[in-house]
Amino acid sequence: MSAGYQAPKSFLDNHGKSSGAAAWILSTDHKRIGILYLCSMLTFFSVAVVIGLLMRIELIAAGKTIMEAKTYNAFFTVHGMIMIFLFIIPGIPAAFGNFIMPIQIGAKDVAFPRLNLLSWWLYISGGLIAVLSLFTGGGAPDTGWTFYAPYSIRTGTNVSLAVFAAFVLGFSSILTGLNFVTTIHRMRAPGMTWFRMPLFPWSLYATGWVQIVATPVLAITLLLLIFERSFGVGFFDPAKGGDPILFEHLFWIYSHPAVYIMILPAMGVISEIVPVFARKGIFGYKAIVLSSLSIAGVGYLVWGHHMFTSGMSDTSRWIFSLLTFIVAVPSGVKVFNWVSSLYKGSIDVRPPFLYVMAFIFLFSIGGLTGLINGALSTNIHIHGTYFIVGHFHYVMFGGTGIAFFGALHFWFPKMFGRMYSEKIARVAVALLFIGLNTLYFPMLVLGWQGMPRRYYDYLPQFQPLNVISTIGSWIVAAALIIMFTNLIRSLFKGEKAAGNPWDGTTLEWTVSSPPPHENFEEGPVITHGPYQRT
Amino acid sequence: MSAETEIKAAPHGDYVGAKVGMWLFLVTEVLLFGGMFLLYSVFRSKYPQDFHEAAKELSVALGAANTVILLTSSLTMALSIGYLRSGKKKPSVLFQTATILLGFAFLVNKYFEWGAKIQHGLYPDSPELLALPKGEILFYGLYYVMTGLHGLHVIVGMIILSVLLVFTSKDIVNGHSFIKLENGGLYWHLVDLIWIYLFPLFYLIT
Repeated sequence: MSAGYQAPKSFLDNHGKSSGAAAWILSTDHKRIGILYLCSMLTFFSVAVVIGLLMRIELIAAGKTIMEAKTYNAFFTVHGMIMIFLFIIPGIPAAFGNFIMPIQIGAKDVAFPRLNLLSWWLYISGGLIAVLSLFTGGGAPDTGWTFYAPYSIRTGTNVSLAVFAAFVLGFSSILTGLNFVTTIHRMRAPGMTWFRMPLFPWSLYATGWVQIVATPVLAITLLLLIFERSFGVGFFDPAKGGDPILFEHLFWIYSHPAVYIMILPAMGVISEIVPVFARKGIFGYKAIVLSSLSIAGVGYLVWGHHMFTSGMSDTSRWIFSLLTFIVAVPSGVKVFNWVSSLYKGSIDVRPPFLYVMAFIFLFSIGGLTGLINGALSTNIHIHGTYFIVGHFHYVMFGGTGIAFFGALHFWFPKMFGRMYSEKIARVAVALLFIGLNTLYFPMLVLGWQGMPRRYYDYLPQFQPLNVISTIGSWIVAAALIIMFTNLIRSLFKGEKAAGNPWDGTTLEWTVSSPPPHENFEEGPVITHGPYQRT
Repeated sequence: MSAETEIKAAPHGDYVGAKVGMWLFLVTEVLLFGGMFLLYSVFRSKYPQDFHEAAKELSVALGAANTVILLTSSLTMALSIGYLRSGKKKPSVLFQTATILLGFAFLVNKYFEWGAKIQHGLYPDSPELLALPKGEILFYGLYYVMTGLHGLHVIVGMIILSVLLVFTSKDIVNGHSFIKLENGGLYWHLVDLIWIYLFPLFYLIT
């Protein structure tokens, strides 16, 4: 390199042809699209958090507290819709996958940059249609995010538009998955064989396949629901020979694999953070890779466990139960591998690592309570109770949500070129951990005692635990406020971050923070595994 | 920087990558229709006799005519790609136009077929239809939804081919860069392929 060498301009300074907002919303740079997703998702997330807080306040006492029963129904539907379709499903892949994955595999961009931008436009259009559905037609949908027939066909609320929003969001998700799978097949740097690829791209690869193979089934299910509402075709209406249970089957054929669209990338994030802060390689690299792939495969065959009480033959019920137990094995493999990776490591307990610890604890509770749901006999007892609500919040927020924020703290210096206050970040993650347990553990107990989910009211004996849960929701809110204040403040006032602030070994840490426009000045050549320390 | 250390060619130049992306997209299309084929098989096994009766009402002649039209359009599509690859722009443009016109003919045929059914009062939720046995209601529901969604794909295909026609005449798609036309062709063949399954399921097996 010559003496007059100048570091290349970062992607944040490189506007391309447009300027101002257009330099963002028309950019095909995967890093800018990643940040677009991040900002739009966090906006929707905040709205859904507020709705969640209001629901918890409603449930602090039996009977009416602050809202009508109908409003409550709309609230739990909208909370679920936003959290699932606008935050958790696009979540880690669209924000961090877009930003980090191409750099991790040594590529300049994704395979189809314009398609990538189209995905974001579809995402934001879907989001706006969802918002529109709340205030037009018959008002916000009140079916729950599952849109079960026959109620979703009969209710006068604006289900059709909300469902169309989910359809558009599904399209966006398919295109992202397709883009990532092609990118990983075609754009890896020279020398980066499949088994020299970091685990985060591996998890996105498995996720991409689930997105491609499962989401179209949701798309057709939602279209059929719209047809039912508009033309009265009768597929889900017994009076015309149809069967509402078929809707449940079609819905869960997508929506169970969708659970793995949510959790696989989170596991990928954890697999990246663990070796960096354990300062040694990951234990069982291949086992983690194969477990991702087998979760993606077997996860496609377990949807029936959502329907144990819907009316199914005993044979299909025990088969679905067995498969559910089998799909838990690869998740267990991952947890054991992460823990083993820490053994004899020289662990550096920094904020991203604290998120990993929180993840392993919370996800384990979520996963193990999942097995209680998956067993036929216990499922009958807890089906449709708060136990389910507690379980999936432990997995979704305690798992994916925590991994999302872990990823944010891990890659924040890389994405924005600034460091945040580690002290405040530690306070936030500790509060979040305490808050989540206070919020969700009482739900498990309440469900076990028989409190049904989605009810506006409850028996007096359930009040103490509901009060504790609501207090937990306030702790979570406080933690989130502290976390975001810290991060937003650092965007402007944080110390400048070095290229490799955490001492990581994967390719994104070899480029400057924030990375230059096309990521690498000189294309990398890979000669060893991703977590090998020299 | 030596040739080996160079990052792979710019994405839009990656012929195989573009193909991989298109095939993955076709997988999603197959699964989209897969959901409906699933409904078809469930309802058919539940009401075999009603399906048998209802299928008699459909005109095999019209269905067969549409099958011939679509198969021919797949041929003209393939020919247009073949000519463009060997650098012959004019016949390629000609066969692309023919493909679009055949797609249009398919839709005209479909219009008359649906029109006749609707004239007889056979459409979803119509009083005449609701008076029929349950299996027949479902048969016609599936008929309208599946052929309707297929028809929508024909329209989308025609729009894609029209854009490609403009691209070809402006030499954006040419003898050296023809992946867009090939991918458009793949989409058209998929639309054809789905009809190949719809035709026997609704018209032939009674």
